[in-house]
Amino acid sequence: MSRARVLVGTRKGAFVLTSDGKRKHWNVSGPHFAGWEIYHVKGSQADPNRLYASQTSGWFGQLIQRSDDGGKTWAPVDNKFVYDGVPGTHQWYDGTAHPWEFKRVWHLEPSLTDPDTVYAGVEDAALFKTTDGGSSWSELSGLREHGSGPRWQPGAGGMCLHTIVLDPSDPNRIFIAISAAGAFRTDDGGKSWRPINRGLISQYIPDPNADVGHCVHRIAMHPARPGVLFMQKHWDVMRSDDAGDSWREVSGNLPTDFGFVIDVHAHEPETIYVVPIKSDSEHYPPDGKLRVYRSRSGGNEWEALTNGLPQQDCYVNVLRDAMAVDRLDQCGIYFGTTGGQVYASSDAGDSWAPIVRDLPAVLSVEVQTLS
Amino acid sequence: MIRVVLPQHLRTLALVDGEVRLDVGGVVSVRSVLDALESRYPMLQGTIRDHVTLRRRAFLRFFACQEDISHEPPDAALPDAVARGEEPLLVIGAIAGG
Repeated sequence: MSRARVLVGTRKGAFVLTSDGKRKHWNVSGPHFAGWEIYHVKGSQADPNRLYASQTSGWFGQLIQRSDDGGKTWAPVDNKFVYDGVPGTHQWYDGTAHPWEFKRVWHLEPSLTDPDTVYAGVEDAALFKTTDGGSSWSELSGLREHGSGPRWQPGAGGMCLHTIVLDPSDPNRIFIAISAAGAFRTDDGGKSWRPINRGLISQYIPDPNADVGHCVHRIAMHPARPGVLFMQKHWDVMRSDDAGDSWREVSGNLPTDFGFVIDVHAHEPETIYVVPIKSDSEHYPPDGKLRVYRSRSGGNEWEALTNGLPQQDCYVNVLRDAMAVDRLDQCGIYFGTTGGQVYASSDAGDSWAPIVRDLPAVLSVEVQTLS
Repeated sequence: MIRVVLPQHLRTLALVDGEVRLDVGGVVSVRSVLDALESRYPMLQGTIRDHVTLRRRAFLRFFACQEDISHEPPDAALPDAVARGEEPLLVIGAIAGG
């Protein structure tokens, strides 16, 4: 029987939650790396026991941890993230030129086929890669050197490369997103990149239709349809049917189209999920009601999912890497909050329950479906 | 034998209890002590000083013999009491954050 393993990164450590396929009872292990910020933990599809974690601290910098036994034991691997050449400058908040400085790893994306190959999205924005299980990292500098880099600027959380989406049908195609530069795509394995932001409209930048400068919060893809992308932008939920060449808004009847997470049902490529957040200055759900919204039509028509979620006095946030889906027959949906709850639905969102509720603020949630 | 006291998180990372004791050749300075420390505990590389610039991380300080020596040149000789192993070099994390 299949099982689920949920990997949770928090402000004060990592937690590993496991359950059988019914997903009613959960065992919680952790905190791993107690006291450290764990921005992301993710497992390899090629070897589910191989996990990677981004461990970071304002005092001690960046570490990368690796587990070869599904999170029971961990060992640090290489933590040297050095930009290629002279990294140059990007825009600072006040518009002045600011030198590129490595701060932390936001997201780790293992290869779909090789457990030793992992991509790392970092702040200040750049993409790194290891092909030796984390023993060494090198930058795919074609992205940072795309030419628009001097115009990139940090979002409120820093200038982070936070989203890495690998195309299962084409190993040379990778999508990434940067706050606040926008989305980019490579079709040659990371050597060259181009912005894929046509159709994005951002009123908070001087040219709302600019080719770069958009604050993309998250991109999701269903592996069976790699040309269809869904995006939660700073404001606006967007959709592309041509691998990012163009986007159209599908916010439809959402109560607010600000938010961070977006994900796709494991078995229904047109069923997508978001968690609307009131605004960019009020990072909590509207009306104090924590609601996941589901669209079964790939956007525009949305329904509120509330069963089991707090519907009064709830003022948590759900951060960009904090939603995931499992691949069990009845698709499970998971998300974590800044209040330390991880909610799960084992019926595609119809009903929800907290599977753990008093963790430190949740930064990321990933799910592994294990046989 | 040089004695080094690490912050708790770095002791956990390096899998050590209490003080670290190191053989340091030549002039005993912050640089030579950290070189020896990182050689013996490679997982500490990048956690006390930057990989490339070797600058001390901003939220860490170096204390010795009740003095803050964080702003001394990294090649400056540490006090004799540290070189003789009578006093430790302390790596201190800033009391900050949540």
